Amino acid sequence: MDPENSQLSKKRSFRETYVDALYKWLGDRVFTTVVVGLGITIILITLGMALVLYLEGSDALGEFGLFGFIQGTTWDPAVQLLFGAWPFMFGTLVTSVLALAISFFPAIAVAIFSAEYAAGWLAEIIDNLIKLIAAIPSVVIGIWGIFILAPWLRDTIYEPIYFWTETNYPDMLHILGNPMGYGMATATIVLSLMILPYTTALAKDAIKAVPKDQREASWALGSTRWEVIRMAVIPYARGGIMAGAILSLGRAIGETMAVAMLIGNKNTLPFSVFGAGATMPSVIVNEFREAVESLHLSSLMAIGFVLFLIALIVNLTAAYIQRRLSIDGGQVI
Amino acid sequence: MKSLKRRKIHDRIMVGLLSLSTIVVLLPLVIIIVHVFVEGFSALSYDFFTEELGSPSRAIQGRPTGLVHTIIGTIVVDSMALFIAVPVGIGAGMMLSEYPEHLLNPSLRIMNDTLNGMPAILKGLFIFVLIVKPMGTFSGIAGSVALAVVMLPIIARTTESALQAIPWTIREAGLALGIPRWRVVLSTVMPTAKAGLITGVLLAFARAAGEAAPLLFTSFGDNYLPNSWLGFIFSPTDTLPQRLYSLAISPYEQWHSMGWAAAIVLFMLVIFTFIIARLLARDKFRKQA
Repeated sequence: MDPENSQLSKKRSFRETYVDALYKWLGDRVFTTVVVGLGITIILITLGMALVLYLEGSDALGEFGLFGFIQGTTWDPAVQLLFGAWPFMFGTLVTSVLALAISFFPAIAVAIFSAEYAAGWLAEIIDNLIKLIAAIPSVVIGIWGIFILAPWLRDTIYEPIYFWTETNYPDMLHILGNPMGYGMATATIVLSLMILPYTTALAKDAIKAVPKDQREASWALGSTRWEVIRMAVIPYARGGIMAGAILSLGRAIGETMAVAMLIGNKNTLPFSVFGAGATMPSVIVNEFREAVESLHLSSLMAIGFVLFLIALIVNLTAAYIQRRLSIDGGQVI
Repeated sequence: MKSLKRRKIHDRIMVGLLSLSTIVVLLPLVIIIVHVFVEGFSALSYDFFTEELGSPSRAIQGRPTGLVHTIIGTIVVDSMALFIAVPVGIGAGMMLSEYPEHLLNPSLRIMNDTLNGMPAILKGLFIFVLIVKPMGTFSGIAGSVALAVVMLPIIARTTESALQAIPWTIREAGLALGIPRWRVVLSTVMPTAKAGLITGVLLAFARAAGEAAPLLFTSFGDNYLPNSWLGFIFSPTDTLPQRLYSLAISPYEQWHSMGWAAAIVLFMLVIFTFIIARLLARDKFRKQA
């Protein structure tokens, strides 16, 4: 072998053995450490959030006990320093479940229409418009609700119903409550508008995931278009649609600003249909900045902790359904 | 079995009902957009972009007021949030997509989804305890960190799906050439997924920029411009969503109209970001198809 060449190959092999190997080993080590470290950051944030909310709320939870706190119906930060979370849990539960009930069928209808009937370009437009609704900031919906929707609802819907009830069934008035425009009904309506895009997008994902064979078999039996949807598509997509609905419920439970601006903020049971109410997020927003007593602050943190637990249960349920049906959890922005 | 004719009529009716409900559902969107533009544009003025808010008397007496401190504060707080969230979110997304064999990967996925599903207001409380309490003051940086926590899970999730859309054969080809794994990810996979990554970051930004709840307990808000730039970072700082909330629930007529102006600015910021993100995503999809 020619000596010059062999020297060259010797040099290269030295680089290959030591420098390149070091570069490769060290590079992979550093990269893996950084990436995994960043992943662990997210794990720590999530666990840290639960821990911080629990620790900060532990004064209130210790004072009243977790179940005492949840069952307590008195929220009095001024005189008795008694804190019970039930009025807010009740408000959250009622507004979000009703909002889901109102928006569920329209949302599914839009999903079916855009997935099954609409032509490609129309489906794309509907899709983008629906996602646009989800992109409108909560506070913008809130200001629209305060100055336009609530007065309109009061004048054209609530007051006529109120006066009709007053003349016909005066005993029922306390169930209806004062039709001032800001209250449980308005908050529910706005919530249903806000979670509708989530239900639609997730339902559409579920419908799109139905295999083609399923539809073709139904077509071959001579079904009409609606029969294909009703008998072949919907039963197959049912699980995904349910998971989507539960995720939307989670959104409604956590929705803060628009509800805080429109629900009227009344901290005591019983609530009435048009009357003011409060939810867990809305009471935190309204009272946190003015909370002076440490027990008051701690109670608000405890409400945050309970809210965390509820959101966790709702999300895990949806994730469980999705995983069992092996559907990729669709994402709206 | 019902006659074919009846079944066909039934089909027609259902199509009608479905399209009708689609129109009904999309109607509020149109109404909200029209109202925000009509009310917002009439409230926008030159003063709005050049003056600070000051006390309510300023507006009531008709002296010029505006939200210049809010707009600058929003830019500062939102860009700091992006600066924090993008590296962490993309890193976590890389772990989800590139290290499926890692022991912590499944728990990261669950934790990330959990964080994503948590109400933003809880993220505000968390940062309040973590940053505002030790610092002893509300501050722009606390607001940024809170918004970053809102962005993180979204960026991680979209990064994961953008990276997973890149076929494994590309990674295997790189590894077969003797390129170390980290170079394969950084120089081959990441550039290919660029459009998807940017889309994810923009969507996360659009979502976080509209959040008011976490900012109420962290950056708090201020009616005046701070004395120096550092004031935006280390003292209470105004941001559009939180200012819009305070204006809307204030008792002053003049502040209400400024609230509408703030709404239109916030709306445009969020919607433009959102539309750019969707267009990018669509271009990417077209190229692949």
